[in-house]
Amino acid sequence: MLSETERRELEEAVKHYPDKRGAAIDALLTIQRRRGWISDDLLLDIAQFLEITAEDLDSVATFYNLIFRKPVGRHVAFMCDSISCWIKGCERVQEQIKNLYDVELGQTTSDGRLTLLPIACLGQCERAPAIMIDQDVHGDITPDTIEQIVEKYK
Amino acid sequence: MATIIVDNKSYSVDERQNLLAACLGHGLNVPYFCWHPAMGSVGACRQCAVKQFKDDRDQSGRLVMSCMTPVTNGTRISIDDPEALAFRASVIEWLMVNHPHDCPVCDEGGECHLQDMTVMTRHVYRRSRFPKRTHRNQSLGPFIRHEMNRCIQCYRCVRFYRDYAGGRDLNVFGSHDALYFGREQDGTLENEFSGNLVEVCPTGVFTDKTFFRHYTRKWDLQSAQSICSHCSLGCNTTASERSGILRRITNRFNSQVNGYFLCDRGRFGYEYVNSDKRIKHVRVQLDQDRTKTAAPQEASEVLNIIGARLRAAHGIIGIGSPRASLEANVALRTLVGPQQFFLGINEHEHQLLSKVLSVLWTGPVPSASIHDAEQADAVLVLGADLLNEAPRLALALLQSIRQQPMERVDDLKIPRWDEAAVRNAVQNRRGPLFLAGSQRTWLHDHATDSYVAAPDDIARLGFAVAGSIGQGAPSVSDLRGEIRELTHRVAEALGNAQRPLIIAGTGSGSLATIEAAANVAWALHRRGKAPRLSFVLPECNSAGLGLLGGGRLQGAFDSISQGKADTVIVLENDLYRRAEETQVDAFFDAAHTVIVIDSLENRTTTKADVLLPAATAVESDGTFVSQEGRAQRFYQAFVPEREIKEGWRWLSDMARAASQETDVDRGVTTWRNYDDVVSATARAAPELAHIGKVAPSASFRLMGQKIPRQSDRCSGRTSLIAHLTVHEPAPPVDHDSPLAFTMEGYRGPVPSPLISQFWAPGWNSIQAVNTYQDEVGGPLRDEMPGVRLIEPDATMAPAWFTAIPHPFQPRSDQWLLLARPALFGSDELSNHSPAIVERMAQPFLSLHPSDGARLSLDDHSMIDLTLEGKTYSLAVHLDPFTPLGTTGLFLGPDVFRGQVPAWVNLFKAVTIVPRRRVA
Amino acid sequence: MERPLTQHIHPDGTTRTLREYVKDGGYRCLQKLAAGLAPKDVQRLVTEAGLRGRGGGGFPTGTKWSFVPMGPDAPKPKYIVANGDEMEPGTFKDRVLMEGDSHGLIEGMILAGYALDAEVGYIFLRGEYHLSAQRLNQAIAEAYAEGYLGKTIPGTGFRFDLHLHSSAGRYICGEETALINALEGKRAVPRAKPPFPQTVGLWGQPTVVQNVETFYNLPHIVNHGAAWYHSLSHTQDGGTKIYGVSGRVIHPGWWELPLGTTAREILEEHAGGMANGVRFRGVLPGGISTAFLVEKHLDLPLDFSSLPPQVGRLGTGTMIVLDDHTCPVGFVLNLERFFARESCGWCTPCREGLPWVARILTSFEEGHASKDDLALLDMHTKWLAPGHTFCGLAPGAMAPLQSALQYFREDFEQHISRGRCPWSKKPAQLKVLV
Repeated sequence: MLSETERRELEEAVKHYPDKRGAAIDALLTIQRRRGWISDDLLLDIAQFLEITAEDLDSVATFYNLIFRKPVGRHVAFMCDSISCWIKGCERVQEQIKNLYDVELGQTTSDGRLTLLPIACLGQCERAPAIMIDQDVHGDITPDTIEQIVEKYK
Repeated sequence: MATIIVDNKSYSVDERQNLLAACLGHGLNVPYFCWHPAMGSVGACRQCAVKQFKDDRDQSGRLVMSCMTPVTNGTRISIDDPEALAFRASVIEWLMVNHPHDCPVCDEGGECHLQDMTVMTRHVYRRSRFPKRTHRNQSLGPFIRHEMNRCIQCYRCVRFYRDYAGGRDLNVFGSHDALYFGREQDGTLENEFSGNLVEVCPTGVFTDKTFFRHYTRKWDLQSAQSICSHCSLGCNTTASERSGILRRITNRFNSQVNGYFLCDRGRFGYEYVNSDKRIKHVRVQLDQDRTKTAAPQEASEVLNIIGARLRAAHGIIGIGSPRASLEANVALRTLVGPQQFFLGINEHEHQLLSKVLSVLWTGPVPSASIHDAEQADAVLVLGADLLNEAPRLALALLQSIRQQPMERVDDLKIPRWDEAAVRNAVQNRRGPLFLAGSQRTWLHDHATDSYVAAPDDIARLGFAVAGSIGQGAPSVSDLRGEIRELTHRVAEALGNAQRPLIIAGTGSGSLATIEAAANVAWALHRRGKAPRLSFVLPECNSAGLGLLGGGRLQGAFDSISQGKADTVIVLENDLYRRAEETQVDAFFDAAHTVIVIDSLENRTTTKADVLLPAATAVESDGTFVSQEGRAQRFYQAFVPEREIKEGWRWLSDMARAASQETDVDRGVTTWRNYDDVVSATARAAPELAHIGKVAPSASFRLMGQKIPRQSDRCSGRTSLIAHLTVHEPAPPVDHDSPLAFTMEGYRGPVPSPLISQFWAPGWNSIQAVNTYQDEVGGPLRDEMPGVRLIEPDATMAPAWFTAIPHPFQPRSDQWLLLARPALFGSDELSNHSPAIVERMAQPFLSLHPSDGARLSLDDHSMIDLTLEGKTYSLAVHLDPFTPLGTTGLFLGPDVFRGQVPAWVNLFKAVTIVPRRRVA
Repeated sequence: MERPLTQHIHPDGTTRTLREYVKDGGYRCLQKLAAGLAPKDVQRLVTEAGLRGRGGGGFPTGTKWSFVPMGPDAPKPKYIVANGDEMEPGTFKDRVLMEGDSHGLIEGMILAGYALDAEVGYIFLRGEYHLSAQRLNQAIAEAYAEGYLGKTIPGTGFRFDLHLHSSAGRYICGEETALINALEGKRAVPRAKPPFPQTVGLWGQPTVVQNVETFYNLPHIVNHGAAWYHSLSHTQDGGTKIYGVSGRVIHPGWWELPLGTTAREILEEHAGGMANGVRFRGVLPGGISTAFLVEKHLDLPLDFSSLPPQVGRLGTGTMIVLDDHTCPVGFVLNLERFFARESCGWCTPCREGLPWVARILTSFEEGHASKDDLALLDMHTKWLAPGHTFCGLAPGAMAPLQSALQYFREDFEQHISRGRCPWSKKPAQLKVLV
């Protein structure tokens, strides 16, 4: 069930578009910010709010990279694996994360703390390689500095 | 017209087409997947690439997608260009990266568009050496099987299901090469037209689940044209059989009627033919006591028995049927004489049917074909529940609402076939569609305005609209403010349209709505518009029966009770669906001899002294007249088991048996084959005079040959009954049609009713229809789309209907009981098909929530409803769209139609069934 | 050297406040509008300035605008959309602008709206740009509070409303018609053209979609005129360009330079040359959908007109350098994996062809590719061409592959002959001889 606050936020998002459906992506992101991911039940609630079917909404939700239809950890780390970061050794950093936290791309640590996902270029190429944890971007990361960064996210 | 040059040859083509359609229309093979003649172009599959040259000096050219390229005069292309050939083969190779190549175990095999296109592009060797992706399939209900691994992502399924048919519960999920076409979760596909996915899907992702249970390859099927018998629209179908089992029904293109699509009742309702309730043997009850079981009788003997009974009879009456062919009804009428022939429909329905026919016959406005309905630019529906009573017409209306927005599309110079661009330009704009009725369905989501009210109020709206259009039509003065505004909106929209369509029907049981619809159409006609009328009728041959004419059912009852006759012949009709049980019981009890001809066991067949097994429509030659007034021929797809015969043949045999000694020539005795019946039918009523033009006569031959019902690859003919005999029996001889029950005969272009299956070299799927059309999507070559029997005279100016009902007044202790027709459940024959039964709703009674409160009924509570001594066990549906003071009764299999509409005291008629406690 | 777009951007990464922006002449052109500069005057100025789209396509802005229906009969509403879906790998220029100078975008969009009589704008921002979102939202709120947005510009009868839309992440949203579908809350599948968005765009209405950087140029053109704008550039295309360099160079970063600056100047003077111990092999001049330039091309001016089509195109102007310590096959594999993952799934060649290419390249890296695989790669570069696919994604994906096969073919062949990646430290795969 959507909370009153969530409903109000959705009402606000809908105002920016000539029809409710236009707010589908905003609505999914809004709810995901609060809930972490979009469960089947939430999907249905949001669809009802937007006056569309679950099929309508899930077709959109599953198209985009940043809508999570499966549970994620308390923190989500987006590891840029695009070309500039690749040249600068993002694979070694990723290897180090695996050593430290026993988690591969697309997985969540067993304690539910961290989900590691690949992401397309974060636009931080001048300080590659880069990683974004939740909403914070960290550039010029190395296998040596990554632990210190991740440890900020408990 | 424009001239295009394809591989250095000139072709004349319509410039409103795209290049792909233009090429296909000239028989030039260009492969394609995502394009569909009814659904336009979206440019997704890239299969239809051809080389386009700027002019005759351009040697290099560039590849273009023919489906996305408009035709212009002088367009110069090459289909056979090596680069184009290589690219098209590559597209197949890409599709094959993941397609499982499981043709031998795939139901689509042998009629798979993907197979055809693969062969057409000459792709043979797949170079990808990587693992293929796999998907989990979904369970999609009793009609459709799902096998996602075969998917080639052409997007046709979602384009049909969502964009064309208004479905919401199928979609595409995911992205890049991880796409999934299905539902959000496992479950039944709810759209009424889901079965078309079977034909729309170019490969075996969506296949016919009912066919799967008695599967046969397409080339092994014996097929013939049939006309759907599950509602009054007369959709054309192809019925296919092998070894005595009806295997499936597929859509059969008719440009004027159903085009490319059928509804699910029409496609999946066929299994009654294979039902174990089929009457297969002659049964005779020699004992006067009918409670004893009738005994099987030698077929040869039974005619002697009947002959003796008929000769000894003191008056014979015949009761016809709206689900029997015109010919069978004519045969009965001829046998018993016009004065002793009764229509076999209930009193109220008789009245409504006569009204509809007289409106069409005496008024200036023609009836609409389904094709006309698709082209209508404003629609008003009065009282008919199209999704449940005439679904294919509802599908047509979903297309009609695009007509008006298309003007904007034309202004933007977007070609109409450019489907994706059209949708982007049209967005949510819809042409006018006004739905007025006593219940709400999802079709209302597409309506400009809707009005849910009791039938009298619906009729008042119609009368008011007519009055508002003016031209002398009577107006309605005492309308509520909001209804008055609605009236003006409707009148204005219809008045602004060029091709308005008014739809009503018999389903609501309201004579006034039919009259109101007539007034609206006539007023529009007088304003110089080109309106059309469409009346939904109860059954597949209601119109034919009405045109033939005959007495009322009550007259039949009276004949027996008053002793004018003692013998009754009932033709394919369960009278217990037509009249009250006690009345029918009394009727049969009083009759000395009851002869029943029917195909399935029902309560009437149990009353028969002589029961004769009748062939169903797919086992017969005959004619149905659709609600449009269109007479259409259907052919025997196969010869049924030995004793089963067409109704008209039984009647003809009976007449001969009866006349041997009395020498009374009743006409019917001289009939030898089907052509004789058709001639007699043409003479039976002036309206039927042109019935002979519906299809070629039995003597029709091409190159001196008959036309085979089997493909020339039909296999196993010599081994099908090898367990019984190694001698191959001679195929049955067909004296009644130009068709033959064999693989031998004329192969080539034939008049459309004689096409057994759509097939052309290289075109094994249903897409072969293209090769039968001069212009893709247009009429078939030599199309005989049936004969419209009622063409009105545009100069007629009948008097206005003036009996405007009073506003509906809810009563304090009574409710107006209204019919709630159901796509699955209200049709007698399809109710015997297991897949349809699975889709049937639990019987219910709907009430407005405040009426529910007055009766102390909760939503979903169980009740017993007793009407005229008959008790129905029902669930309560509290539904705000049920008009106050009315109640909707689900028209399930065992509900007697005559009980609605009627005023019922629900305080007395309803008893609440206590919920069983959960143990 | 004038740097109109970036000279006021704070080097420390903090944003320019509204006060600073106005003090330096921000929102001044709204007064010009109020003083009688007509929409068609703005259009003419932009056309004369020779402003070309900065998103990578380089389409002349004036021409793009000329297709928008104008006048009293034109459909309403019309929309202005800023394409801030900066997801092109190696590209980060729009982020720099939006984070550093949010009001510049707003002012540019108001101008475009005024010129085209379009009253609603959307900024389509990639979802990962949280800082940009935060700063833009604040700037929009400020602009509303000050009456730049949502209020009629005195004397013009024109008012402009602006909304920020954060995307949920898809490279294809950078394609303008896919972006429109995304804004409508649909799957971001590109639309067929024609009709172009200028006539049938967002919700079926006339719409102009432009790259963020393009909008930033508009106030300066209106303030200083077309001649001044042309004087900024080295070539016939007007204005400056934000160029960037990433990869193994000494100073990766971005610089606003005259349009038509050579790659050599950017790489050697601004980026400080190659990092110690590595040598230059090639460069993708503007994001990953552009073809490699090699040593012999470095003195060509980098603008929208000077690069011969058979050599390549400028793209976004943010370069990615390939050095001799990096495997060119691995480099291209990284790109093709990205493209395969970001294909929208609509048309067959892209949806099925790109993953196949990526798998073949993987087999090169893993050491079990054959000559046939090389032929398959060549086949894809031939077939995944403009017009063969529904949109430009797959042809863009082929640009680096095709040029890599041209310039670095020996490296591909070595992967086959050695049965391993020469840059990999893993041993060669044992080949089983049959």
